[in-house]
Amino acid sequence: MTFEPTIVGFLCNWCSYTGADLAGTSRVKYAANVRSIRVMCSGRVEPTFVIKALYEGADGVLIAGCHPGDCHYQEGNYKALRRYRLLRRVLPEYGIEPERVRLEWVAASEGERFAKVVDDFTDQIRRLGPLDIKESIAQSLIDDVVNHEEEATKDIGDVNEA
Amino acid sequence: MSERIGVYVCHCGTNIAGKVNIDEVVRFAEGLAGVELVRDYKFMCSDPGQAMIQKDIEGDLIDRVVVASCSPLMHENTFRKVCERCGVNPYLFTMANIREQCSWVHVDMGDSTAKAKALIAAAVSRTKFLEPLPKREVSINPRTLVIGGGIAGIQAALDLAEAGKEVVLVEREPSIGGHMAKFDKTFPTLDCSACILTPRMVQVGQHPNIKLMTYAELDEVNGYVGNFTVRVRNKARYVDPELCNGCGMCWEKCPGTRVPRKGNVHEKLSLGPTTSIYMPFMQAVPAVPVIDSGTCLYFQKGKCRVCESVCERTAIKYDMEDTFEEFEVGNIIIATGFRTFDPRVIKRYGYGALPNVMTSLDFEIMNCAAGSTSGAILMADGSEPKSIGIVHCVGSRDKHYNEHCSRVCCMYALKYAHLIKEKTNAEVFDFYIDMRCFGKGYEEFYDRLLGEDVRFVRGKVAEVSNVPVNVVEEGKLVISVEDTLVGVVRRVPVDMVVLCTGLESSVGLAEVATMCNVSVGKDGFIIEKHPKLGPVSTATDGVFIAGACQSPKDIPDTVAQASAASSAVLSMITRGTIEIESATAEINEKKCSGCRICNNLCPYLAITFDREKGVSVINEALCKGCGTCVAACPSNAIKAKHFANEQIFAEIEGLLSV
Repeated sequence: MTFEPTIVGFLCNWCSYTGADLAGTSRVKYAANVRSIRVMCSGRVEPTFVIKALYEGADGVLIAGCHPGDCHYQEGNYKALRRYRLLRRVLPEYGIEPERVRLEWVAASEGERFAKVVDDFTDQIRRLGPLDIKESIAQSLIDDVVNHEEEATKDIGDVNEA
Repeated sequence: MSERIGVYVCHCGTNIAGKVNIDEVVRFAEGLAGVELVRDYKFMCSDPGQAMIQKDIEGDLIDRVVVASCSPLMHENTFRKVCERCGVNPYLFTMANIREQCSWVHVDMGDSTAKAKALIAAAVSRTKFLEPLPKREVSINPRTLVIGGGIAGIQAALDLAEAGKEVVLVEREPSIGGHMAKFDKTFPTLDCSACILTPRMVQVGQHPNIKLMTYAELDEVNGYVGNFTVRVRNKARYVDPELCNGCGMCWEKCPGTRVPRKGNVHEKLSLGPTTSIYMPFMQAVPAVPVIDSGTCLYFQKGKCRVCESVCERTAIKYDMEDTFEEFEVGNIIIATGFRTFDPRVIKRYGYGALPNVMTSLDFEIMNCAAGSTSGAILMADGSEPKSIGIVHCVGSRDKHYNEHCSRVCCMYALKYAHLIKEKTNAEVFDFYIDMRCFGKGYEEFYDRLLGEDVRFVRGKVAEVSNVPVNVVEEGKLVISVEDTLVGVVRRVPVDMVVLCTGLESSVGLAEVATMCNVSVGKDGFIIEKHPKLGPVSTATDGVFIAGACQSPKDIPDTVAQASAASSAVLSMITRGTIEIESATAEINEKKCSGCRICNNLCPYLAITFDREKGVSVINEALCKGCGTCVAACPSNAIKAKHFANEQIFAEIEGLLSV
């Protein structure tokens, strides 16, 4: 039996979530592996969300926002892109393949594209296999990143600032 | 936690129940922490469905609500209203999208059921952390901006103005009227376009409630529903509209020419004067000419100034420059219309290369009684054609160019066939793929044409060439087509070819859409809020659409949609206020270190720095709740209300608990 990954999607309300809805209204079929969370803007997606999802058992994380120039909030998607690039550099430090996280632009009109992105990314994660975070690293992952409330926030701040 | 959550699973007929095992989902939800009760029903959005929730809240069984049904973009508001009605804060409600993003897109029932469980678990988990938020209301400025002065914009503007509301109508061209002003007759009634349009144009020009800005373009839009600030650029027309009385002396004496003087009949087609100072057509509103600086001798060569010397009112102002004006408006109606497909890219049809191949818009202008041929249908050399071929679906219903049907071409093609028969003795061939005559009186018009000796050939034209293979074809344009009803390939020699070019979204629509924060589809047209139930509104509150900016439309449909848009705007104005999302960002002053990273991130300049306190402050009225600042705050001092970290973390946990 092939490995069926669990993927968390963060979709921006205006473009990608609407695009995913359009895939629905157009009855385009795609892999059931991605479970989505609606955020108002891809710019809201903190690196901690991604880490949290991976820590909680996701094998991959998809972030989707409006195409460059089309952001409902003008430029939130550019911020998402910046954070995404940095995050991909940080992930290997925790033994996580950066390919497990993907940022895509999906417009409200791109239902078919959304389906394609999901299928494609699911395939990619299938090939990578299940995410196996080592016990020792898991603790540092949660200490460094997910326990954001008090002291640990400093680290995330540096990621965003850069 | 003491939250008592009610979970309501919708079958949506068989839309959800057909692919998701409802019983299994209900049993699963019953086991979730914090869930007080789970119910399922055929249609949660219906009256009895809503009543179920109401009864449970009023019976004090639950104090938070999760509805697992369609997309929140569809019914979030519906269920928020239910909560509000029975005293539960609408922000204590979450929707799990198990239709658009689950039952409709997955094949396997097991997969869909598993995903539905995960989505419900996430919604329940998130709902535990939700906080009640206060209502936010903003007032609606009763003035409306209408972008585009074609028949859609004219209708919308007049409807609003007649209701006593102020309208700013912005038109890019020197005159309002749009495409309709170029037509002589309209299908299927063949009534005179000018006779029905010009009175309305005049009415717009004279209406005390309408501020008409022609030769002007939208430059910037800021703000939000009810309170937009728009900036409009008045392009320099080099004629002072206050002084000009439209006497026409200037263009009569103008030595410059914007339409080639030496060209043949088709190249010289024009509705208004062909000079450099011109009116687009004689019924223009406002009746004020414009100087085309690209061909004006004074602008090009530095001398001439004939128009200035003949103008008794000294209205000519060569030093005029673009000016900007700003307005406050409450709502915006986009009515930018369409452009016709440029058939030059389909080389085998010969447009631009072969004389006597013309587009439908060329034909309209030639056929117009006010045009350069006075409505005579002529070949390029000025003689009357003996045969004309009309080619349908040029650039529409064609995967290489536009997939969509342009809706009006079949009907205007029939109109052409009729007019050609009426005005000339020419033989008419009409090459169609399918004849689509869907409107009131349309099929009847087609039926009438079938009796008017027009040769209808069913088939998509392969090529228009001027290469003869026999004596009959010499000096003719030869149309090659497969006659699909008979099953033979035909070569039809004709004198003239009219290409029924399809409708595309107008030039610059994408820019207007970006400014107004609405999306365009892959066909280039604006995406409406809902294809059936929200055809005139958009995803952005306060921005409405009318006419062909949404999709190709004929005049009756355009006018209907324009009136619908203005009535939607009127209902906003009459209500006076509108509730807006309460989900904004908030800074915890105690945590804020005053680093000011967020200050520059906010696209709406909603975050300022309080020097005295040494902290950043969010102006809630300007905040739109995108959350970019929240994600960037290194001290975790900013909270995105309704999308707070703990809420999203809970959602992630729920999502991955299955």
